[in-house]
Amino acid sequence: MDRLVFLLATGLARGLVVALFALSLVIVWRAARLVNFAQAATATAAVFAAFAVTGATGSFWAGLAAALLAGAALSAAVERGLMRRVPQATPLPGMIVAIGLVMVLQSALGIAFGPRHRPMVAPFDERPLVVGGVPLLSPYDLFVLVVALAVVGLLAWLFNGTSLGLQLRASAAAPEVSRLLGVRVPRMVTLGWALSGAVAALAALLLVPTELGLNAHSADLLFVHAFTVAVLGGLDSPTGALVGGVAVGVLVSLVTGYLGAGVAPLAVLALLTLVLLVRPGGIFATTEVRTA
Amino acid sequence: MTPALAVDGLTVGYAGAPVLDDLRLEVAPGEVVALLGANGAGKTTLLRAASGLTPPRAGRVLLDGADLTALSVEDRARRGLAQVPEGRSVVTELTVDENLHLGALWCHPGRAARRAAVARTYDLFEPLARRRTSLGHQLSGGERQMLALGRALLARPRVLLLDEPSLGLAPRVVAQLMGVLRTTARETGLTVLLAEQNVTSALSIADRGVVLSLGAVVADAPAAELAGDPTLRHAYLGF
Ligand SMILES: Nc1ncnc2c1ncn2[C@@H]1O[C@H](COP(=O)(O)OP(=O)(O)OP(=O)(O)O)[C@@H](O)[C@H]1O
Ligand SMILES: [Mg+2]
Repeated sequence: MDRLVFLLATGLARGLVVALFALSLVIVWRAARLVNFAQAATATAAVFAAFAVTGATGSFWAGLAAALLAGAALSAAVERGLMRRVPQATPLPGMIVAIGLVMVLQSALGIAFGPRHRPMVAPFDERPLVVGGVPLLSPYDLFVLVVALAVVGLLAWLFNGTSLGLQLRASAAAPEVSRLLGVRVPRMVTLGWALSGAVAALAALLLVPTELGLNAHSADLLFVHAFTVAVLGGLDSPTGALVGGVAVGVLVSLVTGYLGAGVAPLAVLALLTLVLLVRPGGIFATTEVRTA
Repeated sequence: MTPALAVDGLTVGYAGAPVLDDLRLEVAPGEVVALLGANGAGKTTLLRAASGLTPPRAGRVLLDGADLTALSVEDRARRGLAQVPEGRSVVTELTVDENLHLGALWCHPGRAARRAAVARTYDLFEPLARRRTSLGHQLSGGERQMLALGRALLARPRVLLLDEPSLGLAPRVVAQLMGVLRTTARETGLTVLLAEQNVTSALSIADRGVVLSLGAVVADAPAAELAGDPTLRHAYLGF
């Protein structure tokens, strides 16, 4: 019982990081109708920037700011420099370019920093707090939880409560009509990419201290889980990303805890297959909206 | 007087022969012009080239004498050139209220001003007021067309380009839309270029009719004259 509670709690913290990353995929999808396979590579590059800044200043928070900025700048550059020049009639060319970018970025990071994992120190204690004899979340898990929930709330407010968010949503849904209403659609697309890059970098940065450390592939598994979540929840559903992220996080935590780490990828795959069999559009997909 | 809208030497083509060939058209301030012609005559192409959605091969587009040709679609819109495109131009993923706010964004700075402007639109189109929280895809065809028109008017445009607003609508709804257009033009001096298949409705509110055929202007006359000329009606308008 104690073990179950502990696994559920850590699964929740881990799941929120997956949810954040999935949310970043949803944001790009909504801005550009593209699954950004390069998201993990750019996020990892941004975490390297954070690592350098933290190393130079000794401050985790300066590193966090650097990750957000680098993630946003890198993603905006990818959109302006690459994606804007790719034919957009079908999604395939964009995805192929993104996969190519993964290879280039990961090789470059590998050449620059080598294969070893660089340990990143968390700003809070990582040992679980014991409440009434039951080990629960660590202070760092709590920090992750608070940050993730705050970011989710902030994004919900930005998209649904501000005129910038209205323009972002309109540009994605109906670019031509939006332009006729004076919305600067190309700028909104770049902004969507930048926002998505910052959120992905944040998710990767939150994850790395709980893992082996930082190397070029640190965010790969995070991407696989988040991609599963985005497909589960429906690529255009922020709610789906949130619920799905927590579900996958808890599932991975439980399976790893009870059956071993080797079984976790199988469990994720089984969940993905099951959902796609029952609801091919994703659990939270709003089919009539998509086809209208 | 400087025309509110002028296209000059406009040539537009997709792949082969040009769809519009060296076209010239002027619309005076406050004038309502019906743009008529058979299917495929080039009405939509002309409106899209004017708003910038379809890049022309040659020619210029002028708004109050200022050359807009080099401007993007969004900059032309901000200068006062509004277009309600063909068919369902409502953003279906947004609510009625959000669609209207989108139309009011850059012309009514500030939240309060926007809300007031949107409220006036609800007064003008009462059926919309009852559906403010409905999503675009939940609206009927008539409600969508009202929303598209109301949204375009919110930006207080100088020139409004409308592409077949009557498409698929009941006669009563068409009459209502045309009425709003006529009144707005008279009261605010709005200039309207109205592409229509529904010749009778369009000519009933227009000052002038322009008939396109194979990408060229083949008739340009006062609306009453055009409606009463049996040869013209027969040759180009099919009734
Ligand atoms: N995107 C396009 N690509 C190629 N040809 C096009 C395209 N759009 C229009 N055309 C062609 O250009 C010509 C004029 O079309 P346009 O849509 O401007 O006519 P229209 O007068 O609006 O007709 P309708 O009354 O049917 O709406 C037609 O022959 C049409 O086939
Ligand atoms: Mg047409």
